[in-house]
Amino acid sequence: MLLLPALAILVAALGYPLYRQAVMSFQEYGLAQQFGQPPEWVGLDNYVTLVTDSYLWTVIVRSVLFCFANAAITMVIGVALAVLMTLVGRGPRLMLQIGLLLAWAMPHLASLTVWQWLFDSQYGVINWLLLNLGFEQFAGHSWLIDQLSFFVVATVIVVWMSVPFVAFAVYAGLTQVPGELYEAAQIDGASAWARFRTVTVPLVRPVLLIVMLLQIIWDLKVFTQIFVLQDAGGITAQTNLIGTYIYRLGLGEGEFGLAAAASWFVLLLTVVLSLYYVRVLIREEEL
Amino acid sequence: MRTRTRQRTFGALAVVIALIWMFPVYWMLNSSFLPYNRIRAAEPTFLPLNGTLSAYGRVFDSNFFDTLRISAMVTGITVVAALLFAFLAALALSRFRFRGRRSFILAVLIIQMIPAEGLFISQFKLLEGWQLLNSVVGLSLLYIAAVVPFTIWMLRGFVNGVPRELEEAALVDGCSRLQAFFRITFPLLAPGLVASGVYAFLQAWNEFTLSLVIMTRPENMTLPLWLRSFTEANRVSDWAGIMAGSVLVAVPVMIFFLLVQHRMTSGLVSGAVKG
Repeated sequence: MLLLPALAILVAALGYPLYRQAVMSFQEYGLAQQFGQPPEWVGLDNYVTLVTDSYLWTVIVRSVLFCFANAAITMVIGVALAVLMTLVGRGPRLMLQIGLLLAWAMPHLASLTVWQWLFDSQYGVINWLLLNLGFEQFAGHSWLIDQLSFFVVATVIVVWMSVPFVAFAVYAGLTQVPGELYEAAQIDGASAWARFRTVTVPLVRPVLLIVMLLQIIWDLKVFTQIFVLQDAGGITAQTNLIGTYIYRLGLGEGEFGLAAAASWFVLLLTVVLSLYYVRVLIREEEL
Repeated sequence: MRTRTRQRTFGALAVVIALIWMFPVYWMLNSSFLPYNRIRAAEPTFLPLNGTLSAYGRVFDSNFFDTLRISAMVTGITVVAALLFAFLAALALSRFRFRGRRSFILAVLIIQMIPAEGLFISQFKLLEGWQLLNSVVGLSLLYIAAVVPFTIWMLRGFVNGVPRELEEAALVDGCSRLQAFFRITFPLLAPGLVASGVYAFLQAWNEFTLSLVIMTRPENMTLPLWLRSFTEANRVSDWAGIMAGSVLVAVPVMIFFLLVQHRMTSGLVSGAVKG
C-alpha cells in the first residue's frame, strides 16, 4: 500500500506516455492530426521513413561519435585528476576539489551562458587570450558557425561539467585502497607504474566501470548544451544530435509520429546500457 | 628529497588546474559587476574594482521575479510530493518482504535512467490531452516522476541504515508502533530526508528540457528558460546584465549543491547511500 502513490505517479507520467509513444509511432500523426483529424494507422511507415532517411543516420552517427569522444575525454581527465589528488599535499588538493566543486555545482543553463560569453566572438576572453598569444586569426573569430568548431566548444563545455563527478567518484575509490597493499608491492620491488597497474587499477575497476557507463548514458542524451549553443549561432542542420533532432522533428515540425518513432532509438539504447549498469551495481551490493 | 620536489611540482599543477576550472565561475561574477564601457573594452577587466550593481538592477526590471515564482511553485510541489511518495515506498521496500519487491527495486533503478530526451514527445502529448500544458501542476507531475526513482533508491539506503532492533526495543519499552516510528526511526532518517529533498530541489530547479517542452508561453517560464530568453534578448548589448542573471540563477543553488554533493556521488556509485 505504501508503494501506491509512487507507483501511480510513475505509471501516469512515465508508463502511459511510453505506451502512447508506442502507439503514436505507428500512426500518421502530423500537423493535421494536431488540429483534430483522427490519426491514421500506418503500421511501420514511420520507421521505414526514418530508417531510409540518410539524415537520421547522420544524426545517429554524429551522436554516437560525440558521446564516445566526450565520455573518453571526460574519463581520461577525470581519472588523471583523481590520481593527482592522491599525489599532492592537503592544500593543493583542497584547492583542486573546490575548483571542481564550483564547476559541478553550476546549473547547466548558467554554465552555458557563461561559456557563451567566454567564447564570444567580439569581447570574449578566449579570443582575447588567443589573440595575445599571437594567433591573429582569432580576432573576432566566431566559434559556433563552423560545424567542427561548434562541437569543439560543446565538448569543452560538456567535459568541464562532467569531469568533477568522475574525479570525485574515482578519488573516493582510490582512497579505499589500503596502504599496506602498496607497501607490500613496494617491498616486492614493484615500480610506481607497476604498483598503479597491478594494485590500484584492479581495485578501482568496479568504480571506473560504473562511472564510465553513467558518462556514456549521459553523453548520449545530451540536449541542453547543443540546443542552447544552436540558439547562440550554430547551424541547426549541421549540429543536431539525436535529442535536438527529435525536438525539432516533433515540436518544431509537428511530425509527432516520426518523432515518437525516433525516440525509441534513444530509449532502447539507454535502457540497454542501463540494464548493464544496473547489473554491475547489483553485483556490488546485495539487494 | 626527490619525492619532495615531485610533490611540489604536482601541487603546482593541481593549483593551476583548479584555477582554470573555476575561472568560468569567477568570470561570471566579475563580469556581472562591470559597467557597459568596461565590459566592451578591447582589453578585458580582470578585477571588478569600482564595479557597479546596475546590471542586477536591469535583471530585476525584467520579468525575473515572475519566473522565480513559477520556479518556486514547481520546485516546491516536486520536493514535497517526491519526498512523501519516495519515503513511503522506501519504508515498504526496506521494512517488509513481499512478492515483487526485488523486481520493483530493479524497475526503479532502470526507470531512473530513462532520459527525458527519449520520452518528451509523448509526455507533451499526454499533458496536452489533459489540458495541462503551460501549467505548474503538469510540469510538476513530470518532475515528480523523474526524481522519485532516485529518491526512493537514496532513502532506501537510509532506512536500511536504521537498525530494526532500535524500533523493537522501543516497542518492548511500551511504545506503540506509531510512537516507535516517530520517536526513534524518524529522527534518524532526517539527514536522509534532507539530502533527498535537496536532490529533488536541484533537479526541479535546474531542469531545462522538459520545461522547454511544456512551458511554451513566455509568462509561464521557469528560471532556466528565463535565462535563455534573457540571453537571447541581450546578447548583442548587455553581457553584464546576462552575467548578473546567471549569478542570480546559479549562486543560491550552488550553495545547496555543496551541502549534498557527497551523498549524491556515493548514491550514484554504490547504488545506495550508506551514510
